[in-house]
Amino acid sequence: MTITDRTASELLALQAAGDVSARAITDAFLAVIREREPTVQAFVQVDEAAARQQAEAVDAKRRAGAPLGPLAGVPVAVKDVLCTRGVRTTCSSRMLADYVPPYDAHVIERLRAADAVLIGKTNLDEFAMGSSTENSAFQVTRNPWDSTRIPGGSSGGSAAAVAAREAPLSLGTDTGGSIRQPASHCGIVGVKPTYGRVSRYGLVAFANSLDQIGPFARTVTDAARLLAVIAGHDARDSTSVDQSVPAYTQSLDQPLQNLRIGIPQEFLKTGLDAEVEAAVRAALREYQAQGATLVDVTLPHAAHHAIAVYYIVATAEASSNLARYDGMHFGHRTADKGDLIATMSRSRTEGFGPEVQRRIMLGTYALSSGYYDAYYLQAMKVRRLIAEEFATAFTQCDIIASPTSPTAAFPIGEKTADPLTMYLSDIYTISANLAGIPGVSLPCGFTSNGLPIGLQLLAPPFAEERLFRSARMYEAATDWHTRRPPL
Amino acid sequence: MAEPYKIVIGLEVHVQLLTKTKLFCGCRNQFGLPPNTATCPVCLGLPGSLPVMNRTAFQLALRAALALNCQMASFTKWDRKQYYYPDLPKNYQISQYDLPFSAEGWLEINIHPDPKKGHTPKRVGIIRAHLEEDAGKLLHDESGRGGDSRVDLNRTGTPLLEIVSKPEMNSAEEAVAYLEEIRLLMRELGVSDCEMQEGSLRCDANVNLHIPRSDEPHGYAATPLVEIKNLNSFRSVGRAIRYEAERQFSAFQNDPQNYRIGRLLKTTAGWDDARGRTEVQRHKEEAADYRYFPDPDLVPVTVSPEQIDAVRREMGELPSQQRVRLQTQYGLSPYDANVLTAKGRPMVAYFEAVATILNDGKQASHRISDLVFPALSERNEEMESFPIRATEFAGFIQATATLSKQDRVDLFTHMLEQGVNVAAAMEATGLKPATFDEATLRAAVIAAIGNNPKAVADYQSGKTAAANRIKGEVLKANKGAPNDLVQRLLEEELAKQ
Amino acid sequence: MSLSPEQVRKVAALARLELSPDQLTVMAGQLNRILDFVDQLQQVDTTGVEPMAHPIPVENVFREDAPRESLPTGEALANAPNRGGNFFAVPAVFSDE
Repeated sequence: MTITDRTASELLALQAAGDVSARAITDAFLAVIREREPTVQAFVQVDEAAARQQAEAVDAKRRAGAPLGPLAGVPVAVKDVLCTRGVRTTCSSRMLADYVPPYDAHVIERLRAADAVLIGKTNLDEFAMGSSTENSAFQVTRNPWDSTRIPGGSSGGSAAAVAAREAPLSLGTDTGGSIRQPASHCGIVGVKPTYGRVSRYGLVAFANSLDQIGPFARTVTDAARLLAVIAGHDARDSTSVDQSVPAYTQSLDQPLQNLRIGIPQEFLKTGLDAEVEAAVRAALREYQAQGATLVDVTLPHAAHHAIAVYYIVATAEASSNLARYDGMHFGHRTADKGDLIATMSRSRTEGFGPEVQRRIMLGTYALSSGYYDAYYLQAMKVRRLIAEEFATAFTQCDIIASPTSPTAAFPIGEKTADPLTMYLSDIYTISANLAGIPGVSLPCGFTSNGLPIGLQLLAPPFAEERLFRSARMYEAATDWHTRRPPL
Repeated sequence: MAEPYKIVIGLEVHVQLLTKTKLFCGCRNQFGLPPNTATCPVCLGLPGSLPVMNRTAFQLALRAALALNCQMASFTKWDRKQYYYPDLPKNYQISQYDLPFSAEGWLEINIHPDPKKGHTPKRVGIIRAHLEEDAGKLLHDESGRGGDSRVDLNRTGTPLLEIVSKPEMNSAEEAVAYLEEIRLLMRELGVSDCEMQEGSLRCDANVNLHIPRSDEPHGYAATPLVEIKNLNSFRSVGRAIRYEAERQFSAFQNDPQNYRIGRLLKTTAGWDDARGRTEVQRHKEEAADYRYFPDPDLVPVTVSPEQIDAVRREMGELPSQQRVRLQTQYGLSPYDANVLTAKGRPMVAYFEAVATILNDGKQASHRISDLVFPALSERNEEMESFPIRATEFAGFIQATATLSKQDRVDLFTHMLEQGVNVAAAMEATGLKPATFDEATLRAAVIAAIGNNPKAVADYQSGKTAAANRIKGEVLKANKGAPNDLVQRLLEEELAKQ
Repeated sequence: MSLSPEQVRKVAALARLELSPDQLTVMAGQLNRILDFVDQLQQVDTTGVEPMAHPIPVENVFREDAPRESLPTGEALANAPNRGGNFFAVPAVFSDE
């Protein structure tokens, strides 16, 4: 088995045994990156020298007998919305093409402290707005299983990098499904933690009340390992929750007894691809075979109104967050000479792509005088109904299962003409962000033309440990996660 | 009413809070630092940065609002007020919109702090007080060629308390008195240093007129609202309001049908202090659309009655309470109590120490205003560093009780200029009370008894007050003689009769 | 609710975006399709429902008033599109803007 086919857990063990150095591991992944990037285009930036330097530092520490962090020598790719001190952080936007943050995001600090090797910054839909990574200002990332198809989004680069063995681990962000949906489309594991579980400090905001940072990995164990490193309280994020982080990896292999799996009836009705439905139903049968019971739950507001709520709440917050990009203190400034207002407006118009502009417009309108009550306020109220609906459902079940996405990865260009159709593909993932609950997507099969299908599991707030254990129950009984894309 | 109209004034006051750091980050909150040396990702509004509320700022704001007699909200939250301006790098200001932490208060002002005019306390209503972040500073190109403006973000994100009054002030004097009372209150509470020149106290005035007309539904016609900005001193507040009132009155006289509130929109005017006039900056054609919404990066704050009680306990005596106490405890006039209070807590403490030693509040107050007030202003000195401390001052008053006012002033001046004590000053200047030995005084008493047989007779028949006539004669002839000594000698000699 | 190109122009001005007349028309069409979709929210009975601003309730988060190091001026200004000495330089701001 080549190094790059190893999981993070195996890479840690190999290093501990002295079988391979961090430098050799990094070199191996850099070689794969060089070979596959022309096709996959997952990265917007790879600094080989910097990666090697970090790896060598880990090797030196190990030689010196110094204590090593929990991800020592393991390469991690990070979505380019996470601020890296002294390293360009573009959000895949022309607006920030040359922006270099003077500070590290909290999760980057945690990765550095864990002795991980930051191997590169990955592509995304501009400012994380999209479901296909086609909205990047720089490049279209390809699905490693079929390069004519999208990898999902907005964390498409991070998902594709892990699926393509360009990195064993990566970080994404999930505002409406932006980790779970690309994980599903790329045949890997992706976790959206509970809102407040991971500090957002240094995550360039799309929608502050929905955004969470989470891990991508090829296995549940690796994902748990990475979440354990980045989770926990941070005083710099007022919404970070001060609650201890369980040792996720220790309990992983203990199956949950008498697991009650909630099946939202509304999620299995219209618009669901037959192959996806069949794969998900088969996965549920596997759980039943392990003693789980299936419980019908009902989430009518989530099923019918989550997308509408999301596209008001997320765009309203985004319109405000993105107001700062006006070419005055940082970011793109137009070359055209004009007065103050013209300079601001032209800089913004040149710097933002069409989807970002559309969402800014929608959010601005939803907050504007005379429309606030009808749109934003009403959306916040329906949001509460959705959250309460989940709380009720979780009194009847331990986890909720559904497809992650109604279809497998669609062809590049298929949905770009019609924003609304693209939005509707987030139907199963969005409500978890509205309710703040954690979710995971894990591989549960393939379509007849070889595209991965994802199973989504949702749990109550801060029940990540339960999510990992239940995901691991399925993973241990199946081999979907061992398949390799035809690259 | 002297004028043929009533001025209606509402003030929007911003005070900068005396915290060590900014409202949402650990950068220093300090005036006068070199440009852009107190900034960080949070106050620069850099992508990914997040705000965290300064506990002290919130506590100071609570203290201020309690002192303004505000109703305190048990639940409050922070909102984003959105507008584009280069001194506000996020292009939204974190402020409070529909759930400010306090509302519905009042502040008592003294409209005529002049002993001749007496005192008319007046309560000015406070609509709300809320906490928000300040913007940075813009420096404009002064060449007139429209060059770039420069932005210093040191002030960005420093904590501001906004206090909005009801439109309940009716003269420039009232507006100034209100501002002075706010300044005194904020300084006494340690909430703000309220230096108008440094911008730690800022004020916008909303002004219009009610012009009596019997044919109007309300009995008066109201002129359109004008918001006056750029008021940089207490003096300019008074001048601007007086100017604006006259300007509005003549505008109304020129066009009484149309120069009306409701017909014309609210305008914003800048006060040009050099030219002594207001200049219209803009008509608020469309109300600005600030698109307020709750800031998702900040969490709500709840305030319990216990917390409010604790803040109240820490607050100490408010100026309004102090004025009443000085009158009841020391027998001061409202005027004297007001003047002492306005000088601040160190002055009041000085007064109380002197009054206690002398056991005479009025005397202490009068001597302090005769001697200490002019000395402080002459020397441009603060009470805290005034070299003659209260005990010494009280001793000085006792030692100079028999001197003339002018001699006292000269002695005091000498002490201050030469840095010597009262004994040394008396020695150097020769200004000292005459001394009286007992034998001389006894002789004078005996002589006076001899001169007043009628008084002696009255005294002996039981009219003891008659002795005062004899004593008066002795004291008249021996200016400055100690009263109690003369009294004792007189009693002894009368007993011998 | 349906947005006219004129309303879209006003929203664009609020959002500081410069859209050509053609772009305004396209944007109006796209926004109206999305708004038609989100108008479903008007059907939901939310009587007595408190708006939800944060998914996980957290309250009373404060920081102590202790100074932390600021950025060196050079770093604070490093991303500025234009500088004038130790200041950010921006097109002339007139006090009546």
